[in-house]
Amino acid sequence: MKIKKSEVEHVAHLARLDISEALLEKFALQVGKILEYIDTLNEVNTDGIAGTSHAIFLTNAFREDNIKEHMQRDLALANAPEKEAGAFVVPKVVG
Amino acid sequence: MDFEAVIGLEVHAQLKTNTKIFCGCATAFGGAPNTHVCPVCLGMPGVLPVLNKQVVEFTLMMALAVDCRIARQSRFARKNYFYPDLPKGYQISQYELPIAERGRIEIEVNGTAKTVGITRIHMEEDAGKLNHEPGRPVSLVDFNRTGVPLMEIVSEPDMRSPEEAGAYLRKLRSILRYIGVCDGNMEEGSFRCDANVSLRPRGTTPFGTRTELKNLNSFKHVEKALHYEIRRQQAILEEGGEVVQETRLWNPDKNQTFSMRGKEDAHDYRYFPDPDLLPLVIDDEWIARVRNSLPELPDAKKARFEREYGLSAYDADVLTAAREVADYFEACLGEFNKPKVVANWIMGELTAHLNTENKSITASPITSASLAGLLKLMDTGVISGKIAKTVFEEMAATGKTAAAIVEEKGLVQVTDTTAIENLVDAVMAAAPAEVAAYRAGKKKLLGFFVGQVMKETRGKASPDIVNQLLKKKLEP
Repeated sequence: MKIKKSEVEHVAHLARLDISEALLEKFALQVGKILEYIDTLNEVNTDGIAGTSHAIFLTNAFREDNIKEHMQRDLALANAPEKEAGAFVVPKVVG
Repeated sequence: MDFEAVIGLEVHAQLKTNTKIFCGCATAFGGAPNTHVCPVCLGMPGVLPVLNKQVVEFTLMMALAVDCRIARQSRFARKNYFYPDLPKGYQISQYELPIAERGRIEIEVNGTAKTVGITRIHMEEDAGKLNHEPGRPVSLVDFNRTGVPLMEIVSEPDMRSPEEAGAYLRKLRSILRYIGVCDGNMEEGSFRCDANVSLRPRGTTPFGTRTELKNLNSFKHVEKALHYEIRRQQAILEEGGEVVQETRLWNPDKNQTFSMRGKEDAHDYRYFPDPDLLPLVIDDEWIARVRNSLPELPDAKKARFEREYGLSAYDADVLTAAREVADYFEACLGEFNKPKVVANWIMGELTAHLNTENKSITASPITSASLAGLLKLMDTGVISGKIAKTVFEEMAATGKTAAAIVEEKGLVQVTDTTAIENLVDAVMAAAPAEVAAYRAGKKKLLGFFVGQVMKETRGKASPDIVNQLLKKKLEP
């Protein structure tokens, strides 16, 4: 097995996903298969090829430091389940 | 056992751009909640962040000012975690391949010079602001600050005392303000500091377990918190205990650090290159252009002030800590070229006045030209040094020039020897007992006579002439 159930559980927790015991088994198996498939990439000889983080060969997209129009606040808050005094309301966070 | 502290600092400096790092929203402080926002900084699906070029310029300036090596290619990464002040669920930062690494800053503590290494400098976005509602189970989120550009400056663990940490921070802030990329206001949060501290037996090399201190929002707090934490760790180690690696919050009201609870989740940020942002490539030409744009920096200016103006190391240090003060000093010298006199008045009267009024030197009611005007009047003997201080107060209060005040109030120094001689005679005639005592050897009474004559002239008599005449006439 490429990945342990406990690892799937850990990643699920980091993503705040609540996953049942049965699903954990299933995902461990599926994720394991994906990882196995990715292993085939390791068979390619990459000596002398620089690492890359992008599929396109572009660099340096900039914007100038000019202020643009802001969003209407009502619109910004439109999806908020709860709002108050122009702010998003969330359960108390330890400060 | 004798322990040695090992301290490293992480500083977050807010860059003085008009707009956020990845969108055109204003960075201005103090807007109504959620009015400086847009789909990009709110993390709406499908938006594309685009890097603000000014952020790169400012970061390059700082990196070159502290002798960093600039990465020819750097990139942005996503730091993933959930917190209500972070709408996207990740912060865009730099992780592998930061824009700059391996710099240094020179500091001085009690006359001893030292170099503190800079590990790295990178760019990232700020998070939003959470306002806690006292007595209610909710927090209010304001995303105006979300996406405001920050430069993170990480030092090597090179400092050995809270005083060295303080000196490093002051120098760092001074450089940031010289080059004009950050206003350096700790209380308002545009210059924030976290400290890592550990202890090890003196003379050994391996690091001990460190704690990270947060909520250090003034220079005083940084030094106090480090002193406290060093004592706390020392007590644990001396009892044979072990320091726990954790984040601790400084509580300035209690003068203690407290463990931050609710952080038992080990940090697992799963950094990965942000696919929305292209690699950043910086060529030699760009680096050369930014290097040439840098102003004279504090260390160079200090050395020049000592060399060129013959100032003491202390005076040069005080006058160059802030660029505005150094500029004021040199502007004053342009009109009145006596560096030591000008230095003394700026560091003495002017600084005292500005501190009382809580004003910066750029808002001084006395301009460099008008201070020079006052010093010229004193230097040419038109007014005495004592009167000059009175005139200074009046200038500060009214904004008038020294010449106008001297004219208006008739404060011109009396240098007419005959007039002063008459007064000396009158004062002596009125105090025969003191005259006799002086002549019998009680020389300290000279001060009494000088005081009497000055009183008669309301301080306007030339002290030199008064002294000379009195000494001559009092001799038997």
